[in-house]
Amino acid sequence: MNEAKAVIETRGLRRVFKTRKETVEAVAGVDLKVWGGEVFGFLGPNGAGKTTTLRMLSTLLPPSGGEATVAGCDLLRQPQQVRERIGYVGQRGGSDPQVTGRTELVFQGRLYAMPKRAAQDRAAELLRVLELEDCADRPTSTYSGGQRRRLEIGIGLMHGPSLLFLDEPTTGLDPQSRARLWEEVRRLRKGGTTVFLTTHYLEEADALCDRLAIIDHGKIVAEGSPDELKRQVAGDVVVVGVGGDGRDALELFQRQPFVREAGAGDADGTIRLYVERGESAMPAILRLLDGAGLELKTISLTRPSLDDVFLRQTGRSLREVAA
Amino acid sequence: MKTLRDIWLVFLRYFGILIRNPVWVVLGVVQPVLYLVLFAPLLKSLSANPGVPAGGAYNWFVPGLLIQLGMFGAAGVGFGLIAELRGGVVERMRVTPVSRLALLLGRALRDILMLDVQAAILIVLSLPFGLKLHFDGALVVLALIALLGLLTASISYACALWLKSEDSFAPLIFTSTLPLLLLSGVLLPLTLAPPWLRNIAAFNPLSYAVDAARAVFNDHLTDVSVEKGVLISAVLALVAVALAVRSFGRALA
Ligand SMILES: Nc1ncnc2c1ncn2[C@@H]1O[C@H](COP(=O)(O)OP(=O)(O)OP(=O)(O)O)[C@@H](O)[C@H]1O
Ligand SMILES: [Mg+2]
Repeated sequence: MNEAKAVIETRGLRRVFKTRKETVEAVAGVDLKVWGGEVFGFLGPNGAGKTTTLRMLSTLLPPSGGEATVAGCDLLRQPQQVRERIGYVGQRGGSDPQVTGRTELVFQGRLYAMPKRAAQDRAAELLRVLELEDCADRPTSTYSGGQRRRLEIGIGLMHGPSLLFLDEPTTGLDPQSRARLWEEVRRLRKGGTTVFLTTHYLEEADALCDRLAIIDHGKIVAEGSPDELKRQVAGDVVVVGVGGDGRDALELFQRQPFVREAGAGDADGTIRLYVERGESAMPAILRLLDGAGLELKTISLTRPSLDDVFLRQTGRSLREVAA
Repeated sequence: MKTLRDIWLVFLRYFGILIRNPVWVVLGVVQPVLYLVLFAPLLKSLSANPGVPAGGAYNWFVPGLLIQLGMFGAAGVGFGLIAELRGGVVERMRVTPVSRLALLLGRALRDILMLDVQAAILIVLSLPFGLKLHFDGALVVLALIALLGLLTASISYACALWLKSEDSFAPLIFTSTLPLLLLSGVLLPLTLAPPWLRNIAAFNPLSYAVDAARAVFNDHLTDVSVEKGVLISAVLALVAVALAVRSFGRALA
């Protein structure tokens, strides 16, 4: 990774949408730093403000407040320079079903003022790297979901930007295509491109990102590397399944000093306990339940996941919100 | 320079998409031809009435048809843009340094070219019916059609960017084109209209374009109605372009 140079820096970035019925603060004051050469993830549930933030940073949407520098340029004062330096692949893709993949790539290159020949060469190179040569000259309506997504990333890369925005690059893809896309992102990172992607897949953020920010209701609730974030949760998570609705057990655990935090789990009658050390807490948990005459159905020990980070910060489970 | 180049690029893209699907060009000619074959003969029997201008039914009716084509032939281009909005195509172009003017004009030029080709076909098909037209007259009419096409295409694109959904775009287009057509004097001469109707029609820019085209076909190229029709169309087209370019610059979808 390149040494500490912020490619994106935002201060109090805000965006308010006014519709006839209501006013939505989609992004409510976001402060971020994205370093050169890293893969930065934006993790959050539907409607969290991920797309809105990305569209502001890529000059598509004027912010209601705050400021930002993107790729070394002032977002508000130099939008044209920002456009020249970044690539952006929107949530909705942007390839025309009637147009062939090769034509799309060449056209995109030409929009960045590349000479025709250079654009054609670059398109051929990208088609090869992205393994799209077989379908290059077919209309994109015939592409598989994964092929289309790869083409769209190619479109975003035509002019060789040093910063690439990817809005939910793997949503709706089968696991195989998703793995293929992750590979692509890693390859970009190796080549020195900074990638800013959004996702609501925990595994994706965990596996792919050097650092990430968790966003909810337009606010960043946590920021750091996946490991740092998980360490914030500290210790281990014990999930206990008990008979009944589990309320008695929850109250019981909340009184225990060795339990840092206890909350209802995803499934009915389960309780999540955050403890310092899972191995030593388990026997104590068993003894407590036994003493209180509560039935134990299941017990399991897990390391904290990003979902635990989200849960701790927002009181909701990202898995549930996303479902 | 960059802007011209961008316009050309965008034009080529949409021209390419159009010729891969030429059915739209053909369909665009079918409707005026139906008018020509199934409606114009009715006018012949009317020509004796007072208030119906001299010069032969076709020399009177075909100019109106051509203007109708110019005015409404491009009214539906916004539908395609809505599909592009939904697919993120517009956003993908807006994130590049491409000129916003080119995003509009490249598309609109394609539409204009299509209209002029259709108009030329219609003129040629009308010749056997007894239409008379000089070469420079034809050029003036094609230019007038281009201006009207630019006007309508720009409005259509601006409305598409504004409404973002076919469900509201379609009714808007259909309800706004009908009164414009009825009050234009394309179908029957406005000289037949009662005064109140004629007064309303005076606010319809289309009626001036129709007057201009009729003057051209009746060999009055220097008639003041020609200047008037062209000027009004040009000013309106300019306003529409400015509006639509603004919409392309800040499209929120
Ligand atoms: N053009 C708009 N007009 C009104 N409200 C909008 C507009 N765009 C977004 N919003 C609202 O702003 C909020 C944030 O939307 P945004 O698209 O940024 O969410 P997101 O995190 O990208 O969600 P998803 O994961 O579903 O893509 C939502 O409540 C959304 O309804
Ligand atoms: Mg989104």
